[in-house]
Amino acid sequence: MKDVSDSYVTADGRTIGGVMMEMKNITLRFGGVEAIKNISFDIREGEIRAIIGPNGAGKSSMLNVISGFYHPQDGEVWFRGARRPTMKPHHVARQGIARTFQNIALFNGMSVLDNVMTGRLTHMKTGIIAQSLWYGRAQKEEFQNREVVEKIIDFLEIQHIRKTPVGRLPYGLKKRVELARALAAEPKLLLLDEPMAGMNVEEKEDMSRFILDANDEFGTTIALIEHDMGVVMDLSDRVVVMDYGKKIGDGTPHDVRNNQDVIDAYLGVEHD
Amino acid sequence: MTAHKTETPEFASIPALLARNAKIFSTSPAYREKEFGIWQAWNWSETAKEIEALSLGLLALGLNPGDHVALLGRNRPYMYWAMVAAQAVGAIPVPLYQDSVGEEIAYVLGHCNARFIIAEDQEQVDKVIDVQDSLTDLHHMVYIDPRGLRKYDHDRLTQYTKVQELGREKQADLAAELAARTAALTYDSTCVMLYTSGTTGRPKGVVLSNRNVIETSRNSSDFDHLNAGDEILAYLPMAWVGDFIFSVGQAFWTGFCVNCPENADTMMADLREIGPTYYFAPPRVFETQLTNVMIRMEDAGRFKKWLFKVSMDHAQKVGPDILDGKPVGLMDRIKYFLGDLAIYGPLKNTLGFTNVRVGYTAGEAIGPEIFSFYRSLGINLKQLYGQTEACVFITQQPDGGVSADCVGVPSPGVELDIRENGEVYYRSPGVFVEYYNNPESTADTKDAEGWVATGDAGYIEESSGQLRIIDRAKDVGKMASGALFAPKFVENKLKFYPNILEVVLFGAGRETCTAFINIDLSAVGNWAERNNIAYASYQELAGHPQVLATIQKHVEEVNISVAQDTMLHGCQIHRFLVLHKELDADDGELTRTRKVRRRIVEEKFKDLVDALYDGSASVSTVTEVTYEDGRKGSIAATLEIRDAAVQETGARMAAE
Repeated sequence: MKDVSDSYVTADGRTIGGVMMEMKNITLRFGGVEAIKNISFDIREGEIRAIIGPNGAGKSSMLNVISGFYHPQDGEVWFRGARRPTMKPHHVARQGIARTFQNIALFNGMSVLDNVMTGRLTHMKTGIIAQSLWYGRAQKEEFQNREVVEKIIDFLEIQHIRKTPVGRLPYGLKKRVELARALAAEPKLLLLDEPMAGMNVEEKEDMSRFILDANDEFGTTIALIEHDMGVVMDLSDRVVVMDYGKKIGDGTPHDVRNNQDVIDAYLGVEHD
Repeated sequence: MTAHKTETPEFASIPALLARNAKIFSTSPAYREKEFGIWQAWNWSETAKEIEALSLGLLALGLNPGDHVALLGRNRPYMYWAMVAAQAVGAIPVPLYQDSVGEEIAYVLGHCNARFIIAEDQEQVDKVIDVQDSLTDLHHMVYIDPRGLRKYDHDRLTQYTKVQELGREKQADLAAELAARTAALTYDSTCVMLYTSGTTGRPKGVVLSNRNVIETSRNSSDFDHLNAGDEILAYLPMAWVGDFIFSVGQAFWTGFCVNCPENADTMMADLREIGPTYYFAPPRVFETQLTNVMIRMEDAGRFKKWLFKVSMDHAQKVGPDILDGKPVGLMDRIKYFLGDLAIYGPLKNTLGFTNVRVGYTAGEAIGPEIFSFYRSLGINLKQLYGQTEACVFITQQPDGGVSADCVGVPSPGVELDIRENGEVYYRSPGVFVEYYNNPESTADTKDAEGWVATGDAGYIEESSGQLRIIDRAKDVGKMASGALFAPKFVENKLKFYPNILEVVLFGAGRETCTAFINIDLSAVGNWAERNNIAYASYQELAGHPQVLATIQKHVEEVNISVAQDTMLHGCQIHRFLVLHKELDADDGELTRTRKVRRRIVEEKFKDLVDALYDGSASVSTVTEVTYEDGRKGSIAATLEIRDAAVQETGARMAAE
């Protein structure tokens, strides 16, 4: 495993900084079920960090802990050098953590543009009355936000569906709109829950390109859950492997691929 | 219409026209592009400044007179500026098809020894980098969109805006040199080099001089009274001669505004927003749009459907006459006006055709009902016939003289000659200089007097004086009786029926014509579904008696229409059969671009062709087919051969 204290430069020329988020001995229980058992790992500035594991391993629960939706019974979450108290998801979002969902959570009746605009919510300062009257500062703020959103739309190449209601879009494009909304928040840390699920090869290639470009262009740190091993191995700098709520591997894709516990978890072990 | 002949032109090059436009149209828009959801505009004087900065930058990077500058990307103002900037420095722009793959790009770049490449984005840069080892002359590459390119080696790679900055910095040193180079351009300097798409063999570089481009642009702009207030949407491939003439030649000559869509997928929405006044699209685009309208009307309520039908029927009746300015009764005019309020106007608006004053289509035959649909709405859609070698225009239809069958009268300045074998030759100020580095092909195509062979056979229709293209010259033959045989003429008429996908006509050297017909599975299948006709396979559907009866009706209708043609009435279909399999490129029966390989089809299905001529009522056959995974199999079938009613033409001929 790599030395965790210093920043380093990857083979493709990206600079990976110090630790941005650290999970210390996280344990999460639902009644008697231990979804996450005493797991520790970190996410560093500028890296693409994957969380993998078989179904029910606790990956999504882990993501929900990071995003502040679940509160672990034990353990500490450290974000940018400070211990994070128990907080509501929207407070976490204000700290600069955005996410996409496994089963797409967009507003179906709203246009793509409006959906992406909701990603700017955490950046809006004017109150509801100023916004509904749409004068002065509120108007200016909306223009600024629209500009950011238009850049994201251009970045993800969804100009042609700008005005289309999300409900009418095919699945692959909805996924892209969700990514657009998350990016519109200009997050420090972007959480992607199975961004490639249910996509065909071409859509996966596009999505991989967008993830890499987002990391490269905006310097966004990315943590993602993914089942497609090819994608994970190609995209990520480091991988955490979970199985039955436990961490069974952590390291570069190469390390993880050769880890016997990981192979067993994925391929199964013969019982005597 | 008379053409001007100019020997000492006032404006001998595109950069000279730019300087004029920057003066006389300085504040009117020259280019618009939608970016970040907003139409960004540049007026002519801003355009001139942008182009000047780029020219100086290219000069500073070492662009020499006579160098070829290749352009790879979609229609964007920056791309058009780069072409003019290259010309200003004395270099020759060579736009390429943006979707060409590595090998094609390598061939063209190598063939023209491109020293500079203007690429749109990372995708295009990557394509060039993949093949750059074979490009010994490549000196520098410029890209427009920096996304993803920051970490590339920038030794011989520079961002477009950086080149412009460099140009502005060096203005004091290089302005005189740039002015001298621009001033050195003459009417005979090369304006642009365009590669033919190369469906037959390697692409050839067509060299067009300033004379070719400017004279053609002037003549064609006069023909349609184009002016500085016109708007066009630039969305066709930049490597195609039409885009160069419309978006550069005519735009610089008349000073109208060129609008570039946000990206390829937003084209239809952008078309609506811009509402061009001058518009070109291949028949396929009009066809798709019409189909979309019809499909959406199917979902409308009963009242709307009724209103649409009544209005469109009326439009079909009087619309084209109103458009052509022919006398139409007051009552009909009032009804048309109401129809315009209810249907035609909103429909044109939805399609983006509200402002179209001059619309053109070309490239292949357009179905008469598609053509008349648009014309009846009041859209002045016309046909033209052209080639890269002619700077597009050979013939075009004048306002008020439009028909679906013909392609128009000779464009101003163009002379036509129909040679003995029916092949069309032309001579015009737009005739290309040469094929680059290919004197043999040049000599094959263009003779010493400047006549160019089109490769198409046609004739001048006496009633209208318009050219009518019947087929590729090499496919045109004679029947045993000596009558002209032009298969495509008849095949196209049949293919306009939605039920018919493909037709192969036989008859060269024979007494009568016969045909193979392929049904269109989606259209016929849809019909079968609606009429509760069960079928298990393509073969069964193709052999269904009701399907055969429908096809027979189509064939007989076409026979009636063919019989009215003075030259081709011999091509009526006497007997036909519906094939038991779809002609397929995998079986070698079609080319990859879906054109029928006549000779191969005739050989492969020789038993069927023989049966068509020996009078038998049915024929049994076994055909080998290749599946998509490469395995081979065979289909056995018994096909029914039908006799079609033929129109008597002898009497007509005697009367003439």
